[in-house]
Amino acid sequence: MSVVRKAVVVSNPQGLHARPAELFSRLALQYESDIEVIRDDLRIDAKSILNLLTLGAAQGTVLVLEARGTDADKAVEALERLVVSNFKADETLSQESSG
Amino acid sequence: MKFVDFVSSEAIRTNIGSDDKESVVRAMVSALQDVGKIAEDQFDSIVEAILKREELGSTGIGRGVAVPHTKHPSVNELISTVAVSKEGVDFDSLDGEKVHLLFLLISPPDRPGDHLRALENISRQLRDDTFCSFLKQCKEPSDVWQLLEEADNNQFVS
Repeated sequence: MSVVRKAVVVSNPQGLHARPAELFSRLALQYESDIEVIRDDLRIDAKSILNLLTLGAAQGTVLVLEARGTDADKAVEALERLVVSNFKADETLSQESSG
Repeated sequence: MKFVDFVSSEAIRTNIGSDDKESVVRAMVSALQDVGKIAEDQFDSIVEAILKREELGSTGIGRGVAVPHTKHPSVNELISTVAVSKEGVDFDSLDGEKVHLLFLLISPPDRPGDHLRALENISRQLRDDTFCSFLKQCKEPSDVWQLLEEADNNQFVS
C-alpha cells in the first residue's frame, strides 16, 4: 500500500466549479485507491462532487492530491493531468480508457 | 458568502413534486420571475441555458442535492432560489440518488468568483446531515428560509 502526494495549482479562470468537480470526481472514481484533496486545513474525499465544491478553489489555489492504495501512483498522475489541462477532461478520460 | 446574500426568499418553493428535470427548472425560474428577479422576456432564454448546461453533465452533486445553474447576461448580480421535493426528482446524479434539494443559480458572466463562493457555501452547509435532513422535511418556504438563516449564523457547521 503506497501513499502518493502531489501539489497542483488550479489555473483555469473559473476555478473548481461544478463541471470541473464532476469531471474530477468521475475520474477519481475510476481508481481503487482512497483519494483525498487537501486545501490548507481542509481535507476532503476526491470522489464526491459535493465535497470538492466545499474547497471553493478559485484560480491560483494550491491543492494537494493524496492517494492511498495499489493504484495511488496512477490516480494522482491522472488527476494532476486533469487539473493542469484546465479540466479538458474529454482528452484525459479518453487517454485513461485507451491506456 | 451567506445564503441570505443570494437566495430570494420569496421565490422558495416546497411543493415541487417529482416532475422531470425540465419542469422543475421551469418552476424555479418562474418563481424568480414572479418576484421580479428576472425579466419576463428573458424567461425562455434562461431556462434553455440551464437545461443546456445540464446536458454537459448533471448538476446533481450528491446527497440528494442539485445546483442547476447558468451564466446569463440579463442579470447584474447572483440570483438564486431553493426548491424542495419530498418525492425526489430524477436528476441523473453521479451517485444515482434522487434529488430532494435544488439550489438554482443565475450569475452575471463576468463574476465567476461569486458563483464559486455560492457553490462553496451551499456544499459546506449541506455536508451537515442535520441541516440536510431538516431542509428536506420543510413544508413551507418560510421554514426553508429560517433554516438558511440559522445556517448563516453557523448553527449547523462547527
